[in-house]
Amino acid sequence: MIFDYILRRIGLLIFMTLVLSIFTFSLAYMFPGEPLSNLSGIPSSNFTQQNVLEERYLYNSNYFIQYLAFLGRIIQGDWGVSFASGDSVFTHIMTLLPATLELCLYALIVSIFVGVPAGIIGSAYYKRWPDKLINSTTIVGYSMPVFWLALLLIMTFSLKLGWFPMSGRMGLLYEIPSSTGFILIDIALAGFPYKGMAFLDALHHLTLPTIVLAMYPTTVLVRFTRESMLRIMDQSFIKTARAKGLNRYQLIKRHALRNALLPVIKQIGLQFSTLITLAMITEVIFSWPGIGRWLIDSIYQRDFPAIQGGLMAVSLFVILATIIAELTYTLFDPLSRNQAHGKV
Amino acid sequence: MHKLLLTLLVATLVGCIDSKEEVVEEKNQGLVYCAEANPMSFNPQVTTTGSTIDIIANQLYDRLISIDPVTAEFQSELATDWKISKDGKSITFTLRKNVKFHTTSYFTPTRDFNADDVIFTFSRLFDVYNPYHFVGDGNYPYFQSVGIDQLIRKIVRVSDYQVRFELFNPESSFLANMATDFAVVLSQEYAMKLKEAGQQNLFDQYPIGTGPYSYKEYRRDNLVRFYRNPLYWKHDVALEQLVYDITPNGTARIAKLLTKECDLTAHPSSAQLSILAERDDINIEKETNLNVGYWAFNTQRPPFDDLRVRQALAHAIDIDKIMQAVYYGNGTRAESILPPTSWAFEPQQNMPNFDPELARTLLAEAGFPNGFDMDIWAMPVSRIYNPNARKMAELMQSDLRKVGVNVHVIEYEWNTFIQRIGEHRHDSVLLGWAADTPDPDNFFSPLLSCSATFNGKNPANWCNPKFDLLLTQALDTTDLAMRKKYYDDAQELIINQLPLLPIAHGLRFQASSADVEGVTLGPFGAISLANARKK
Repeated sequence: MIFDYILRRIGLLIFMTLVLSIFTFSLAYMFPGEPLSNLSGIPSSNFTQQNVLEERYLYNSNYFIQYLAFLGRIIQGDWGVSFASGDSVFTHIMTLLPATLELCLYALIVSIFVGVPAGIIGSAYYKRWPDKLINSTTIVGYSMPVFWLALLLIMTFSLKLGWFPMSGRMGLLYEIPSSTGFILIDIALAGFPYKGMAFLDALHHLTLPTIVLAMYPTTVLVRFTRESMLRIMDQSFIKTARAKGLNRYQLIKRHALRNALLPVIKQIGLQFSTLITLAMITEVIFSWPGIGRWLIDSIYQRDFPAIQGGLMAVSLFVILATIIAELTYTLFDPLSRNQAHGKV
Repeated sequence: MHKLLLTLLVATLVGCIDSKEEVVEEKNQGLVYCAEANPMSFNPQVTTTGSTIDIIANQLYDRLISIDPVTAEFQSELATDWKISKDGKSITFTLRKNVKFHTTSYFTPTRDFNADDVIFTFSRLFDVYNPYHFVGDGNYPYFQSVGIDQLIRKIVRVSDYQVRFELFNPESSFLANMATDFAVVLSQEYAMKLKEAGQQNLFDQYPIGTGPYSYKEYRRDNLVRFYRNPLYWKHDVALEQLVYDITPNGTARIAKLLTKECDLTAHPSSAQLSILAERDDINIEKETNLNVGYWAFNTQRPPFDDLRVRQALAHAIDIDKIMQAVYYGNGTRAESILPPTSWAFEPQQNMPNFDPELARTLLAEAGFPNGFDMDIWAMPVSRIYNPNARKMAELMQSDLRKVGVNVHVIEYEWNTFIQRIGEHRHDSVLLGWAADTPDPDNFFSPLLSCSATFNGKNPANWCNPKFDLLLTQALDTTDLAMRKKYYDDAQELIINQLPLLPIAHGLRFQASSADVEGVTLGPFGAISLANARKK
């Protein structure tokens, strides 16, 4: 049963990836300029070079054959070279993606640890002052644009108070070899050099971007948890349990939470796609060397191979994250496995 | 038991505090410089981009000779002495002994700097048999535009520590060109080692020089890291590390200076200088500088091939407004292509004044009574000669709209921008030039000569044989009065033909934390951080 379900999800993943790759491939033709140089990243300079390129990219065959060649290259990791740097797009993505993922991951963790408890408290004190406080804070956080929040925090905590740095992943004078691309892991792997100062400094640098990025998913999780809890608390089995004399703590812990958190788990996975989008803005403001900032720079520089590669990497990742979230959700909730078709 | 624990705890805490101070000190030995762009290369021979030269030239390398910024006399560097023959055609340099090239993770020198290095370095520029001549497409923009590649007949090894440059004809600016930031000395031993490994393409990316700092790492859009060169021949270097934080945004550079993420930044925006000046922990330095900001037209592309169109556009611009809004009074309005501090400066009578009526008449005469559409390319970074090209372009846009010319402002990332200007893909561009030597030729040959057109330096794409002849005549004589006369004519020709419109000469600014010392600004050339240290 579960095996069937996983197969269906994988089928969906393959299908989505194909659609995505067709779109990416057609971008080369939709962007201004030579499709061949848009695909390869090598501006056509002389005749022999042009011929070699045409041959390698099967440029004179029909679109379908070209597309197959394109797929082959994507799988081999040959994503063309960037116009701006002349380096392989794939290498760029591989070095930049960990920085983005790291930021998103920490933001997600923060939002889970803040959002879910806040939602539970809100529902437990329904329409009393803790609920009202949480609710109004959530609305403020929810409606505040992320770039504005970022600028406000920088103004206050970096420029005025000088508590936090405003850019980068850590002080540039600390030299940490990049092995995984995840800064905290890298520092740990290097054996906490500079007597742990580098690690503290990296945390220090992480603080503001993480807060900014966590704001939106936190508010969503607060609202979602609260709604879900209220819905469950209204159901008959809770009423029965209460009638049997359980106190509120026991009620919430033993009966309500388990049922209420199921949809929240699904929601956490879905937040990842929103998070990646918000991460791009956060990265630009905090000069975070991640894929979002690179992608936005590439758009600004009309670096078409980089835009194609970046878009594909990010979308692939979002699809993957969504499907993984779905799968996890299914593991917890057997009911959902009965869906005949996969969905994203 | 409890007491013991407490004692232990206190001891650990004290230990922690101790070590913390130590580490902070360790970190303090480095300096972070907020740079405005990625370096295009790590070899000054192959680029003239000021942002790149500022990072690499004086930090990684040394030249044979340099020019004293105050007296404008030649000073010895890697050459301890130099003699010019009577006919001016051969120059013999005596080289310094016991100078060591950098030892890095990718190269360990086995011998000291000697004549082979000098011969290798300079023959790369012109000798097609030099194994590195064609590496990087054989493009040496500065040297080709001033014609050094056509000038040197051969370089002779007199002894281990003596080299003779033989020239085809005596040229008065030869020594000045040898003193520019581009004329650095590279390691021949390193070059041969890479050649044996078949990795010539790495030569300009992983530099080996004799300068105060050695290369450690470069991460695009992020940082460049240099280490102290412990064997520097000139003096001890105070900083353990020199890190360039690549921050293209000018406001972000200022903000980083305020949050102490940077110790030093170049080209703070004039608009923010007043805020910085109020703070005690930040020093602002200001220095006159030989430079010019201009608006160049692509003279090979219609309608800019028509002199009347260029004149009309020049007359349509209100430069006084630009001086206020872009330079905030920290600049001089240009009266010629040369700045007033140059000895060959001659104020031009024919500088186009602000006259929209005349502009409209000229456009009508040229066949554009209803105007046309054009692009202005604006630099994305602030430079000495133009602190804010975007704003300048927008001001010009509104001025030009009044005479019927519809302007699109185009921006690219800085290195892409330079590259595309070199390919002459623009209509017109706001750019500038900061001098490398006090020699006036430095403003003419690299910018507007025919050879500069071919190697993509000439942003006006302008090749005028009469102009080139004037430059050659000026270089062929050592008589100062005659040279001045030729340069007067050259300046006049530029204003009459208007391949570019000189706009202003900027002041050079630098903002630094109050605890940084030893970084001085010069009237020309790139920044040197050799003596930088923290109090």
